[in-house]
Amino acid sequence: MWKIVRQIARAGIRTEAPPFASGEDAQAVERIHKDILAILGQALAIREVDAGSCNGCELEINALNNPYYNLEGLGIKFVASPRHADMLLVTGPVSRNMEAALRRTYDATPEPRLVVAIGDCGCTGGIFGESYASCGAVANVLPVDVTVPGCPPPPLEILRGILSAVRRRR
Amino acid sequence: MTLAELNLDLKRLPAPLPLWRAGVDATQWIVAARTVAQSGGRLVALWGCDRSGGADAALAVCAAYAVKEGLVWLDLPMGDERIGYPDLAGIFPFAGRMQRAAADLLGIAATGHEDTRPWPNHGAWPEGYLPLRRNATAAVGSMSPRPLQDYAFVRVEGDGVHEIPVGPVHAGIIEPGHFRFSVVGEKVLRLEQRLGYTHKGIEQRFTQLAPLEGHKLAGRVSGDSTVAFAWAYCMALESAADCAVPQHAQWLRALMLERERVANHLGDLGALGNDAALSFGLAQFSRLREDWLRLSQLAFGHRLMMDCVVPGGVAVDLDAAMRQRIQHQCDAIEAEVGALATIYESHAGLQDRFATTGIVAPPLAAQLGLTGLAGRASGQRADLRCDQPWAPYDSLGVNIAVHQNGDVAARVAVRFQETFESLRLLRALCDKLPGGQVRAAVEVPREPAMGAGWIEGWRGEVFVALELASDAGIRRCHCHDPSWQNWPALEHAVIGNIVPDFPLINKSFNLSYSGQDL
Repeated sequence: MWKIVRQIARAGIRTEAPPFASGEDAQAVERIHKDILAILGQALAIREVDAGSCNGCELEINALNNPYYNLEGLGIKFVASPRHADMLLVTGPVSRNMEAALRRTYDATPEPRLVVAIGDCGCTGGIFGESYASCGAVANVLPVDVTVPGCPPPPLEILRGILSAVRRRR
Repeated sequence: MTLAELNLDLKRLPAPLPLWRAGVDATQWIVAARTVAQSGGRLVALWGCDRSGGADAALAVCAAYAVKEGLVWLDLPMGDERIGYPDLAGIFPFAGRMQRAAADLLGIAATGHEDTRPWPNHGAWPEGYLPLRRNATAAVGSMSPRPLQDYAFVRVEGDGVHEIPVGPVHAGIIEPGHFRFSVVGEKVLRLEQRLGYTHKGIEQRFTQLAPLEGHKLAGRVSGDSTVAFAWAYCMALESAADCAVPQHAQWLRALMLERERVANHLGDLGALGNDAALSFGLAQFSRLREDWLRLSQLAFGHRLMMDCVVPGGVAVDLDAAMRQRIQHQCDAIEAEVGALATIYESHAGLQDRFATTGIVAPPLAAQLGLTGLAGRASGQRADLRCDQPWAPYDSLGVNIAVHQNGDVAARVAVRFQETFESLRLLRALCDKLPGGQVRAAVEVPREPAMGAGWIEGWRGEVFVALELASDAGIRRCHCHDPSWQNWPALEHAVIGNIVPDFPLINKSFNLSYSGQDL
């Protein structure tokens, strides 16, 4: 036990300031809290759906959960069920084999629901494009609020996309 | 076994690793499989191709075997799909799914293979569509997608047996797949997987790309193994084009491959702690992984090093200051991982969850063809970096990590050992990096050519078979991920365990969905 405590103390707090649209300021975290509360009335719950990606985007979405980004500190958390979610974070391209599952996940998400398409493939179909097996962009299957390009987009870009989707609902 | 025992007309392909190729007939196909199996060799991959339009017979099925001397690529021309080819699943059980994939993609069937259920085709493709046939249309507009079809899972019957369906959308931030558990109370009687959800037509897409662009698609077969697949693809292309890669570039490729291995091991070690309810482990290891990825961004311009391995060499060079920085980071990470290893080893709650969970005993592992990292945790002593050391591994002397217990604890232990070994290799690679060019020009041949690439990625051996057409395009590119071998073994690993241990067991294998779905 003491080894764990010592390691925690030694590692210290690594959380960094979140990305802001307009420069860095001390009230930014508070403002994000307020925005999320004003729009949703609660913490933002996200359901991630891999609709056919190469797993690169998932690695970076997972990285968003590491101590550097302190996502839960901002009032954002990933949830296990679409029924608990305010937002779907979808990576693509949407494979034909996942199209129905993605639609069902969307239908199971209560309104107002936001959809953020992550990565070049989610935005446009990327290198995989459209084919017998791929529907391409997430927008070909669901209405998309915000797209985050990149292959894969780094965690900060994903966080920016999440926040801008929330703000657009204002 | 010696290659001579195969009694085939083998032709050596130009490549850094010993690779041979031979055409066979149906009898030789089955005799070779038995000979390899009896002498402790392994089936690496099985795939089909359509060569109509050229001088060759139209359809063919290929198999790649790893033997003591290297890799043997056998090619069985079938001419006509009605003839079929001899089933290999009776000799190598995991060949079954690869044969089913070949049937869905090309319409070629293994004669005598009982399981004829579709694999990547879930029913949504246009009726009778065979995407890898040369005459398959790529036009999307004319295709009408169909509804998905039900899959005939094997039913377990008896008093108190019930089914738990899981997926394709999973609870965590992971790839999609379906798991069907048959359980009594908490105990798992049987797990059956249904994969293919991320099948996005990669192999057909390859035929639409220029050979010098293919590495980008190969690097997206499985995002966590981008360096391994890009390197294997480039090795295959360089082999087909008979291009020599500068030594400097070879070393930088190895440096990236080892960085990829460490990045994945750090991520997995954290996630495994978390799955056994030690969230401290996830916080610590994900912090280290983030430090690691950030330096990759600085050194190579990409956190996962995508598109950094290119045909003929690498896209980025490292200066002395960056090499020193990488070495310093290796020292720092080594100390941190060392401290965390002590905590993991002495944590009673964690060890209680890890030990004796999800066992694949060495004899079963051998029978099922368990490979790569998971194989080494079950006593399967195989690591290409040790068995067929190509440059620069021939001058580094890689120490293999092998355990006999085959449980989650063994797979954790192998990850710790391999992390330390890769950190040592990284320091040596930075230290002794030879000078020279980062990239050689690759002349894509104007006549049909074949090449192969074989790399020990972090998960296991990655194999790429490449065929170039006479118009300097890609006729066929097959990318093989070791997950093909290990997914079926996972079905065995969970038998008799409790349902809540499945996420832990699954994570300890950490297999690729996208890499096997293609």
